[in-house]
Parts: sequence; structure tokens; C-alpha cells
Amino acid sequence: MKEKGEEISTEGLQTILEKHKNDGKGLIPILLEIQKEFGYLPKEAMKNVAEVLKIKPVDVWGVATFFNQFRLTPLGKNHVKVCMGTACHLAGGRLVLEALERELKIKVGETSDDGHFSLERVACIGCCMLAPVMVIKDKIYPKMSSFKAEESLIPYRQESKPED
Amino acid sequence: MIFEEIRKRAVAQWEALKNEAHILVGAATCGRAAGALDVIDAFKNELARQSIDVRIIQVGCIGLCYAEPLVIISKPESLRIVYHNITPDLVPRLVEGYIIGDDPCLELASGTLETDEREVPYIPELPRFEHELRLILRHCGYIDPENIHDYIANGGYNALEKALKMPPEKIIEEVKKSGLRGRGGAGFQTGLKWDLCHKANSKTKYVVCNADEGDPGAFMDRVILESDPHEVIEGIIIAGYAVGAQRGYIYVRAEYPLAIERVRKALRQGEEIGVLGENILGSGFNFHIEIAEGAGAFVSGEATALVAAVEGRRSEPRVRPPRLAEAGLWGRPTLLNNVKTFAYVPFIMRRGTDGFASIGTENSKGTAVFTLAGKIQFPGLTEVPMGTTLRRVVYDIAGGIRDGKQFKAVQIGGPSGGCIPENLLDLPIDFDSLYEAGSMMGSGGMIFMDEDDCAVDTARFFLDFTTKESCGKCTMCRIGTLQLLSILDDITTGKAKLEDLDLLQQLAEDIKMGSLCGLGRSAPNPVLTTMRYYGDEYKAHILEKRCPALVCKDLIAYYILPEKCDRACEHCVLVCPTEAIKGGKGEIKVINQEKCSKCGTCLEVCPPQYSAVVKISPVSKLPSSPTDKEASAQGGR
Repeated sequence: MKEKGEEISTEGLQTILEKHKNDGKGLIPILLEIQKEFGYLPKEAMKNVAEVLKIKPVDVWGVATFFNQFRLTPLGKNHVKVCMGTACHLAGGRLVLEALERELKIKVGETSDDGHFSLERVACIGCCMLAPVMVIKDKIYPKMSSFKAEESLIPYRQESKPED
Repeated sequence: MIFEEIRKRAVAQWEALKNEAHILVGAATCGRAAGALDVIDAFKNELARQSIDVRIIQVGCIGLCYAEPLVIISKPESLRIVYHNITPDLVPRLVEGYIIGDDPCLELASGTLETDEREVPYIPELPRFEHELRLILRHCGYIDPENIHDYIANGGYNALEKALKMPPEKIIEEVKKSGLRGRGGAGFQTGLKWDLCHKANSKTKYVVCNADEGDPGAFMDRVILESDPHEVIEGIIIAGYAVGAQRGYIYVRAEYPLAIERVRKALRQGEEIGVLGENILGSGFNFHIEIAEGAGAFVSGEATALVAAVEGRRSEPRVRPPRLAEAGLWGRPTLLNNVKTFAYVPFIMRRGTDGFASIGTENSKGTAVFTLAGKIQFPGLTEVPMGTTLRRVVYDIAGGIRDGKQFKAVQIGGPSGGCIPENLLDLPIDFDSLYEAGSMMGSGGMIFMDEDDCAVDTARFFLDFTTKESCGKCTMCRIGTLQLLSILDDITTGKAKLEDLDLLQQLAEDIKMGSLCGLGRSAPNPVLTTMRYYGDEYKAHILEKRCPALVCKDLIAYYILPEKCDRACEHCVLVCPTEAIKGGKGEIKVINQEKCSKCGTCLEVCPPQYSAVVKISPVSKLPSSPTDKEASAQGGR
């Protein structure tokens, strides 16, 4: 696994740790907040959490790898989520996912080398009547197909072209 | 301030609202996905432009997902009118027409909420609503979920006030008599659960509300929390008083940010007016509720696993006994119920047990809430009395299968449930009948399938899900489901043998026996029910390498019908991502099967007047043509 981008702002981390040190709310809310701050769970941050909560690092790692929400690598600038809930599956969600893998040249769970795109499958975003659905950044794209999914990427590609 | 005064003030506010024009916009997550926030902005801009002051209230979801974004316009002395599928460009028309003028814009309306002689339907008389009975959804979409006074003005917290004057034993007795069974899926007697926790000997006790709705295809808990959070909160407080707890947790998945935000606001308002916190309504009872954010794991829906997650550990279920009522959260007696179970409590307390027990069937009382999705005309949310037949839900409420296709199956209860075929549609829905049919109430998510959906592929889909979501503690669940999936993979790719079906059956039953928690025990249900009701499809996949629904990729091929292909059209050639389609302008197009990745794009873009692209199964039935050979010899274009 690449360890680039591990330089994290210790200030943001310290604020979170300080806030939750003694509130007894447990590990998950802390990790969620760290992820909100950094976009993923940096290893250094997880080590710090273990120290502050006085638990073993492996227990933090165990929780971080157990739940679907947690990510161990940074997201791309344009994060693409494809819903793979039941309704979306029946409506052809897999074809949408395959089209995106092909177009972005990355597999599910990966981030492109230039950091512009990352692709994720999610279980259900609760918009079953709009199936199949994908989400780019926070915008929901309803009633997708492989062709429409490819087309929807166009504005994001232009925006992420290198300035040269 | 005493509650009586708060209530009076709330009622006065509610009455005052009726005497001013106002706009309700359905802005739950589903409404927002359909564009509700843009509609709200459009209203704000248009009202500002016209310099009129009309309140816009963001409400929850009325359950008519197919009609989102949904807008209700209310004016004094006028009919309240419901408008469907409103987009920002229609907003000026509504403002000009009905808010300023007297034109009700009937061409945009679904119906009215009051009776009228005009030619627009009266919503409560629409077929769907005639068969529904809304006990816990009754406020959804009509009150402001972020204003506790709306809830109080509609009878909210009366049940709590009444309960606090009763001895806890009496409340538990009432819940027992009502016949309420847990809405999380398994249907355990709620009153019995409460009693166990009440009798547990401990100073510290907890109440936990399970809002970890993990079934991919169910969203009613989210809708209730987003549309009427106080109903659930009131139920939790009453439960806390009855069992003798001091603290409650609502475990909501982080995937539901809006639900979390609205519950958080509701809790704060509850503390402000004194229905929550210290000395609730002057009774001397102290109770606090916190939100515990979940981080997404299907297995967290299991009670002991959920408790582990609230404690900040990996969500792994443990052996019971001890029950949670004896040793739950941090080892203390804990009462855990689903969102809907708590939501029924205020109703039961207010109306008395008979009001609830008179609804439903002998062993399943009250109503059932279902989310309707898949190949139906009217996807959404519905609440019907227990004992309603599936046929009624499919045809009268969901509007039947769309696009004139044939009904094939309904999958109830997601990955834990099973597929129910056409010949069982007259089954009255309750906990026991669904169980006998091999399915279960589970989450209450209903997904409707038509002739284009493959039973084997659907079973494979659910198995793929449970395999990923298995926590890994039990061998049968961790490895058994993986083996099931691998057999299903063989079937859907045409590599299976007939005897694999026996292995599938045996293994599925063993997993049911050999797993600790509900996830493993119910994971084989989709396989077992599809084998039971669609055995022929399994055999077609194995013996003929044919997918009757034309879904399983390895068993189908895309083919362009030469007699239908238009020589002048090049749509498919231009979009094919693998350049597998040969033929320029003026030629009949041919797919090079070796290059084809079966993405389906050609079928999607082929203009409907030609409809020349078809799917063929088994692949051996593919007509061979000289042009085809030529194409592969040349390696495409």
C-alpha cells in the first residue's frame, strides 16, 4: 500500500482527540470524525487514537477494517459511488459499475494514479425508485446506464485536466 | 412551563398555520435525491421576486416516492392540493396560479387533501390509500420534523404524559396485551422483552433503538426518523420508564446523515421543553438519549453485534444466553427494539391495547410497513394492516408491474428473506405466513421482479452481499456462504453439474443449522426459496446453458438482427467501447463475439424504431453468418 500523503495536520487530529478523550463515546465516532477531517483514516492517526484511548493499536485497526464506512486510502478528487442495492442490481447496476471501471481504468475501491477519480460500490443509498443510481461527489445521478454513466463523467474529466 | 401550557401553545401555532398560506415540500433523503432542494430554492426566488411572504416548510416523506419532488400548497379557505414531480421550472406557474391567484393548476396535481367536486382526485380515496392504514406513518410528510410543536399539536407526548402516571408494570401489561411483536424482523413479543428487562436486577439499565437499517432495499426506518423523529423518541422514553433505564441510545448508520441531523435536533428540542432529561414532565423520572453513529455493517442489525458496536468494538454477535435483558450494553440489562417497534408505543398507550389488537391477524397484530421497489409502477412506502394479501400490495398499492411486463416474484426481507412467486400472492402477510413460505418479514423491504429478472442471479446477488457482510466468527457462515456463492457462480456461468443442486441444498441447510446469528441462519433463504419456486430456471442454466431471463452474462450473446438493422445508422458502432461492431455507413452491422464485452451499450442506444439488437441464450443458438466470420478474421474494423 502506498504511504504517500501521510503528512497529516496534527492540529486537526489533536482537536478531535482532545474532544473525545474522556467522553466515553467509544471508538467509532472518533474514527468517523477523523475520516471527515482527512477523507480517510491515516495510519498515524489510528496509532494516536490507540494511545489516547489506552487500547491496543490492533483493536483500532480491527474496527477500522470491519466497518464499510472506513477507508484506509485517500479518496480521489471526484469520488464516484455506484449503488449496488437490490433495486439497482435488478435495474443493471453492475453494467454501470463495469462501464465506470472501464472508463476510469481503475477497479472498485481504487483511486486513479493522478488522484482525480476514485470508485466505490455502496450497498444502498435509499433511492430505490431512481435505480440504478450513482453518486459523483454529492450529486446523485438517477436512472443510469453504461452509456449515460460514461457521459456523466465528461464534465469531471474536463475539470480535472492538468493545467499545462 | 407545564406540559398543558406547552400543548396549548403548540395547538395555537398549528391552528395559526392553517390560517396562512404555506408550502410543504417533501425533503427527506429520497425527495432531495429527486431534486427537492432545487425546488425549494426556486420557490424562495420566485416568492422574493413577487415580494410575497409565504412559509416554506421542509417535511418528510409521504411515501409516494415515484411522485417526488412532492409539494403541498395550503391556503386558508381553500383546498390543500398535492403536486407531484415538481421541477424548478414549474414553480413560477404554481406561485402565479395557486398562491397568488385562484387557479389550482390541476394539470400538475395528484389530488386534494379535502373533498371537492372538481375533477381532481381526493387523495385519501385513491386506491392506494384505501388499502392502507397509517398508524406510525400518519404524520410523515405532513408535519415539520424539525419542530417539536407540530408533533405535540397532533397528540404528541400525550402518551408519555399518560404513561408517567402509571406504574411501570401496568405499561408492560398494556404492551403485552396489545400483542405487539418486534418489527426488527424476528417478531419476538415486545411486552415479554420489556418484562425481562424490567425484572432484571440492576440499578443501571439501558434502552437501545436499532436504526441500523442495513438491508439494501429497505428504507422505512430512515423515512420515519427523517419525517417524524419524535414518535420514535417518545416510544423510547416510555420504554425507558417501563424497564427502569436511565439512558437510551439510538444507533443510526452513518449513511443516513439527514436522519442523524433531524434526530439530533429533535433530542435537543425534547430536552428544552422537558419531555427528555431530568425530572421529565415533573414526574421525577430522569432519562437521556444519545445518538450512536454506526459505520456500516449489515451484521450490526443483530442485537448483540449492535451492542458491541455501540461500545466501540467490532460488530460480532455473541452466544445468547445471557440475553441482553440480563447482560447487554457494558454488561448491564439492556432493552433493544427496532425503530418501528418504538414508534408503535405512543399509539398503543394513547389508544389503549384494544385499538391496536383489533387490527391485524390472530398472531400478528397491528400494521406492517413495507418499502416497495423494483419493477413496479409506484415505488414507495406503505403501511397496511397485518393480514393484507400480497396481491393487494402488488396490484392495488404498487400499481402492478410496469411497462406491461409479467410479475415474476417478490423478494421480502432482503438478504435474509426469500422470493415469493405468483401462485402465493394470495398469502395474507404476517410474521408466520411469510416464515412458512420460506421468507420472513425481516426488514420489510419488498423488491418486485418481472420476467426480465433471473432467479439464480438474484440469489447470487444476495449471497454475494451476505458473504461480504459475514463477520467471520462462525465457520459455516464465513466459509459456507462463500462455497454457496461459488456454486452459484458456476451455475450462472454454465459450469455447474446437475448434482451441484443437491450440494447447494444440503450446504444451505447446514449453514442455517451451523450459524450463531440471524445473518448466517437466514443467509441461505434466497437460495432455498428460488430453488423451491424456480427450480426449472436452475436446471435451464445447468443443462441447457440457458438463462431464461437473459441476464447471466456468460450465457447470453448480443446479436444484431440483420433484417432490422438500418444501414444508415451508426449508433452502436460509435459507442461500442471494445470496437466489436463492424460495419460502416451503408452496411449491416455485425458484432464480433470475441471482442464483445457484453456491456449492453449497443442495445441501449439502438433507436427504438429499429430495435435491432437482441440478447440470445444459450450462446450456441447464435445464428452464424459469413459476415460474422469475416469480421472475426479481420479482427474487427
